[in-house]
Amino acid sequence: MNYAFIIAGVLLVVLNIAALLIWLERRLLALWQDRYGPNRVGPFGILQVLADVIKIFFKEDWIPPFSDKPVFVMAPGILMATILLTFAVIPFAPGFLVFDSNIAILFFLGNSSLGVYSIVLGGWASNNKYSLLGAMRASAQMLTYEVFMGISIMGVVMMADSFSLKEIVEAQEKTWFIFPQFAGFLVFLVAGIAETHRLPFDIPEAEGELVAGFHSEYSGMKFGLFFVGEYLGVTLISAIIVVMFFGGWMGPAFLPPVFWFFFKTFIFICFFILLRASLPRPRYDQLMEVGWKILLPLALINILATGAIILFL
Amino acid sequence: MNETLSVISLLRSKFGESIITAEQKTSDGTATIWVNPDDIRKALSYLKDEITSPFKFLYDLTAVDERKRLKRNGQPESEFTVIYHLTSFERNEDIRIKTALNGEFPATKSITEIWTCADWYEREVYDMFGITFKDHPNLRRILMPRSWKGHPLRKEHIARATELEPYVQEEYMRTEEDAELRFRPEEWGLEKQSEDTDFMFLNIGPQHPGTHGLLRLVLQLDGEDIVDIVPDIGFHHRGAEKMGERQSWHTFIPYTDRIDYLSGVMNNLAYILSVEKLAGIEVPDRVNVIRIMMSELFRIASHLVWLGTFAQDMGQLSPVFFTFNDRERIFDIVSAITGGRMHPSWFRIGGVAHDLPNGWEKKLKEFVSYFPKRIKEYEQVMIKNSIFKARTIGIGVYTAEEAIEWGVTGAGLRATGFDWDYRKKRPYSGIDQFEFDIPLGKNGDCYDRTLVRIEEMRQSLRIINQCIDNMPAGLYKSDHPLATPPRKERTMEDIETLITHFLGVTWGLVIPEGEAMIPIEGAKGSNGYYLISDGGTSSYRTRIRAPSFPHMQMVPYISKGYTVPDLLAILGAMDFVLADLDR
Repeated sequence: MNYAFIIAGVLLVVLNIAALLIWLERRLLALWQDRYGPNRVGPFGILQVLADVIKIFFKEDWIPPFSDKPVFVMAPGILMATILLTFAVIPFAPGFLVFDSNIAILFFLGNSSLGVYSIVLGGWASNNKYSLLGAMRASAQMLTYEVFMGISIMGVVMMADSFSLKEIVEAQEKTWFIFPQFAGFLVFLVAGIAETHRLPFDIPEAEGELVAGFHSEYSGMKFGLFFVGEYLGVTLISAIIVVMFFGGWMGPAFLPPVFWFFFKTFIFICFFILLRASLPRPRYDQLMEVGWKILLPLALINILATGAIILFL
Repeated sequence: MNETLSVISLLRSKFGESIITAEQKTSDGTATIWVNPDDIRKALSYLKDEITSPFKFLYDLTAVDERKRLKRNGQPESEFTVIYHLTSFERNEDIRIKTALNGEFPATKSITEIWTCADWYEREVYDMFGITFKDHPNLRRILMPRSWKGHPLRKEHIARATELEPYVQEEYMRTEEDAELRFRPEEWGLEKQSEDTDFMFLNIGPQHPGTHGLLRLVLQLDGEDIVDIVPDIGFHHRGAEKMGERQSWHTFIPYTDRIDYLSGVMNNLAYILSVEKLAGIEVPDRVNVIRIMMSELFRIASHLVWLGTFAQDMGQLSPVFFTFNDRERIFDIVSAITGGRMHPSWFRIGGVAHDLPNGWEKKLKEFVSYFPKRIKEYEQVMIKNSIFKARTIGIGVYTAEEAIEWGVTGAGLRATGFDWDYRKKRPYSGIDQFEFDIPLGKNGDCYDRTLVRIEEMRQSLRIINQCIDNMPAGLYKSDHPLATPPRKERTMEDIETLITHFLGVTWGLVIPEGEAMIPIEGAKGSNGYYLISDGGTSSYRTRIRAPSFPHMQMVPYISKGYTVPDLLAILGAMDFVLADLDR
């Protein structure tokens, strides 16, 4: 029974956060871009998202006749499923955790790899050249960041001596891993942005080049899934960063742990939005070059150094 | 002038007296000669390649349907005249070479072998006049749809839809039209496959966020690498040149605003200067300074749009909002002075529409002190950003020679390090009285084009500052009888002045016959209105030389071998406007 509550709670919180993020992003971008953003529906325009969701629900569920229908329908589902599943292993606070897995990190990495299928399959099934190019870029991008993403967090795993996210948080009782694992953090941050396909790494989507890339042909609720999936992804990556490098729920005791967790996550979410407001988009070969030539060696050196320190000190 | 005359005598001594059938006097003083159609190719290649200080630059190539001319003034017999407008940078002189063609649908030799950029110009002439160019590699319509009947700039072609029966599209017409639109790569000169790859064809446009309007680029891709590009233009063609033959000299002014719709009155300036040259109007100093001030304001406004949208093309979301906000500040000033915003149509033949309002300098001073900080900000946000550098340095490179060969003007030319600005070299409206520098690039890549334009905004600001400080007193419109409309206080004196005003307003003024073109330095490149007057109330031929046209023609050449994202960078850095491209 308790589990059911937690699962329902997590789903409710996470999905609402994702929806709210759409509003938050639009308001924050507007703030940074000298304009207003949505401010008509409800106080500060906060009900704008609700209005959009209602609209999107009533849209015709259109599947392009030239597409590969089953795959086309499945693709956004894969994205949502993989991201939502990953939230199962996130420790929000002591006891506020769906599933304390001892391979939580592997679970997260596995799911994030599966998530790319939704983009590749979606782009492929759309039978549209722009989508195809987007899918191609997505797979190229995945080949780049998946490698060092996994390697970059191995330093944390070594220091916590566990793959369980809960134990990783508990291992940060004294110092957050951001300090000893700064290089790992940097590499993971870059990989995380690439993972969420947001600017500056929205290369598969590349609005100015590929129109909307892999989801050009999607509309209605299927597009909505991709859209919300993006924000869920941002929440997820921010949460993982907080768990692994910023001490998860740890914080001064005058506020409950769950507050600290969401507060830290919120800061990272804002950081993601700020990135979107400020950076241009690199070419995908440039991203791959940076990935293989700089970030991968950096991650490897980080592992070596961490290993050496743990072994000899 | 003497040197150009010596060119004419050089031509004579090289090819014999008979090569030049006539010399013509023009209102703008440009040396104009008529060359035998059979000799045109050798004459042009001689002028381009063999003489000292050659005419390397094909500024314009156009034609005129002479069959309705009344006052030819002893020009050679001609039904259609093809006009080649060449520029020599070393001499800083132009020469206009005309060739007379006779017959219903005459033919002449193509000069695409001499100038690569003649390709599109000749296609345009074919499209508009039905003149065939022998040996042209790909003589198809360029601006009009392929199913179009007739050639619009011929005098017998209708000028407005009301001259026709209401248009009905029958089912069979639609099928035909659809069949016409089906994409067959061979027709575009594109191979479907090479030895080891099947190519992918990608349509960028006509509706695409990266094309900034209705432009279609057919890409031949190998993966994401561009093998070839064929631009398909004409979606924005409104027949501005044809309208020029229908509107009176005065009522054509608002149409010019909408050619390069980002630089407003700067288009007026190019047109008005040519008209004033034809009419022989000298304008008061105050008019000159007002015109320069407004034009430079619009140059900044146009560059701001370019800067923001370029950043957008590179995936940077924010700058476009900042630049549009700043542009809005400029429009505030523009609307305070002119009453209009984007298209004020404010310049008049012989002056401007009305005097500057009281306190005009206050807002301008505010802007002049505010804007330099913003330029610095743009530099920090964009051109110092390493991703931005990685996306633009070494992309879309061309040398000064290539730029000249392809007809590039403006910032695109100066980014190669070639110092050519019509404001300095051919000062108009007294702009030689101002202190300003011409920024130059070095490498001719997208990054240098960005640097040049950003610096140009600073220099424009300098000019505006000098205008504020030194605005001369005086009249805002010339006293010349052809200045239109005459100043109000001069029209209410007696019946005679009232009649003059009335005729000027209803029929339009009569401009003496002649031809003139004053090239100006527009925001996108060199802009010029080549006007032929037959002594009527409207122009006999209005040729709009727009910079975007040759620039777009160059895109395939400079994009081959790059990837799709690079193409967007090249297009973004080029700064073209679709209305300017298609007219």
